[in-house]
Amino acid sequence: MSDIAPTPVVRLSDAAIRRRMLAEFWFYFRQNRGAVAGLAVFILLVLIAVFAPLLAPHDPTMQYRDALLVPPAWQEGGRTTFLLGTDAVGRDMLSRLIYGAQYSLFIGVVVVAIALVGGVILGLLAGYFGGWVDTVIMRVMDVILAFPSLLLALVLVAVLGPGLTNAMIAIAIVYQPHFARLTRAAVMSEMKREYVTAARVAGAGNLRLMFRTVLPNCLAPLIVQATLSFSSAVLDSAALGFLGMGAQPPTPEWGTMLAEAREFILRAWWVVTFPGLAILISVLAINLMGDGLRDALDPKLKRS
Amino acid sequence: MVRFILSKLLYLVPTFLGITIVAFSFVRILPGDPVLLMAGERGVTPERHAELSAQLGYDKPVVVQYFDFLGRLMHGDFGNSLVTKKPVLTEFMTLFPATVELGLCAIIIATLVGVPVGVLAAIKRGSWFDQISMTTALVGFSMPIFWWGLLLIIFFSGILGWTPVSGRISLLYYFPNVTGFMLIDSLLSGQKGAFASAVSHLILPSIVLATIPLAVIARQTRSAMLEVMGEDYVRTARAKGMPPRRVIGVHALRNAMIPVITTIGLQIGVLMAGAILTETIFSWPGIGKWMIDSISRRDYPVVQSGLLLIAALVMVVNLLVDLTYGLINPRIRNK
Repeated sequence: MSDIAPTPVVRLSDAAIRRRMLAEFWFYFRQNRGAVAGLAVFILLVLIAVFAPLLAPHDPTMQYRDALLVPPAWQEGGRTTFLLGTDAVGRDMLSRLIYGAQYSLFIGVVVVAIALVGGVILGLLAGYFGGWVDTVIMRVMDVILAFPSLLLALVLVAVLGPGLTNAMIAIAIVYQPHFARLTRAAVMSEMKREYVTAARVAGAGNLRLMFRTVLPNCLAPLIVQATLSFSSAVLDSAALGFLGMGAQPPTPEWGTMLAEAREFILRAWWVVTFPGLAILISVLAINLMGDGLRDALDPKLKRS
Repeated sequence: MVRFILSKLLYLVPTFLGITIVAFSFVRILPGDPVLLMAGERGVTPERHAELSAQLGYDKPVVVQYFDFLGRLMHGDFGNSLVTKKPVLTEFMTLFPATVELGLCAIIIATLVGVPVGVLAAIKRGSWFDQISMTTALVGFSMPIFWWGLLLIIFFSGILGWTPVSGRISLLYYFPNVTGFMLIDSLLSGQKGAFASAVSHLILPSIVLATIPLAVIARQTRSAMLEVMGEDYVRTARAKGMPPRRVIGVHALRNAMIPVITTIGLQIGVLMAGAILTETIFSWPGIGKWMIDSISRRDYPVVQSGLLLIAALVMVVNLLVDLTYGLINPRIRNK
């Protein structure tokens, strides 16, 4: 027997642990160059949306009757006051695109928030209680998933009436089963762990067990799904707008702008090209970020 | 295997009932009186209103109405369109081949391009091919396809003048509808140029519809291949001196295909959603455009039954995918 000096136990404060976890997360996230680029574009989009009133050169709904379908500034016939040209009723494209960022981000946030909260609660209930609660909830989720998402959203909007709010509600309803399924699966695997039993023995009630003990350990897949849903929400709401079921004119929503531009596709390329490009860039940036998040949060995938 | 199929079928029953409930309640919770809606703008007298309500069963309790609805469905009665007055099922069957033709072409393009690209990207992992193809796949995955379709129309129809803008075939050709598939019918008709016309109408919509599935398949194939190539049996095959082509072609590819086939099968829902947009842009007379038109015309029997038929269809295809999965992977079947 030899004397071994006891190793000093370093106690880390909660904040320090959180900082370390964040540093580790950032380390993995940073390795994915695409994800960093996506994050940069996304931050830029947020800034554009926030400062839209300062950035936009014109009012997005102001119709300049002497400037109908003016091409972008660099093209022949373009004017420097309308950098990206004007649409069929003389509204400045650039200003409308800038304000459109507000709508897209707002839609994404609202849809993900509703779908996430609803799905997490249902998934928690199903995974925590099991039995008939689980069966009923998951069968209902199966029914929702049986419909092609855009079709169900369209029909829901037809019931609720066209408009941005109803479109967001419809899309959130359609997305929410994905969150419910993920939460349920994560909760079910966590419930078998000892720390849950320990907390139960210590006298934690159902609500505390569900929300404070189990839920924080199920967050990783939910964050990834939230990112993916965010980009799908931007895409689907634009599709609904394009089909005339989402935001209504003269709202400068990108999908709605495309719908208004359809009849001019062969005459004025800019009214079609720019709104779609804006949608593509935002969705791509968010998807890139989602890939990076998945790599950084999912330990199974970290190696590949 | 029989038990596996039966258990899968049994599992579908509650989902199917759920779908019928959704379709049924859709019309019930619509704002407004269904009888007034049917009567149109002229309206009806109170007596006629009561008569129509009784005739349509709207005076009965909702639960009874639901079971009546279910009973009619079981007899193949999906109601009549308010606009054309034709049975919804007949309309569905007439338009369905157009959507199937478009969807099949799209999924064939997506598979024929997506799988080889994914395999190559996995083999040459980290190469410029891998990086470019996966970046392109992510762009495709993020593509608003309604915009993509418009861009292709601008370029190929507007600037180059190569392809027509809408429809399934040029009006110059007329031939009997044998299979409902324009490509086959135009060949059967033997008219010169008919087949070429059908192809030129089909090519842009199928590319548009194939875009997202193609991206998903390429990404999925790549990651499945990467996973399989790290397995012990692949290393063993390599170690015993098997030529790389055979290792990849036989050992790796076969196993990697299992999740890929599921992915391809699961694209049917994506395809249906995409068909709504694609058919709208290209005025393609299929199920998707029919649904959109019916929604905007407030032709609720069509929307109701169309929703039901499409969901049932997606469900059956998903079942077939599940069964195929069980067929090629005994581990799933015997679980």
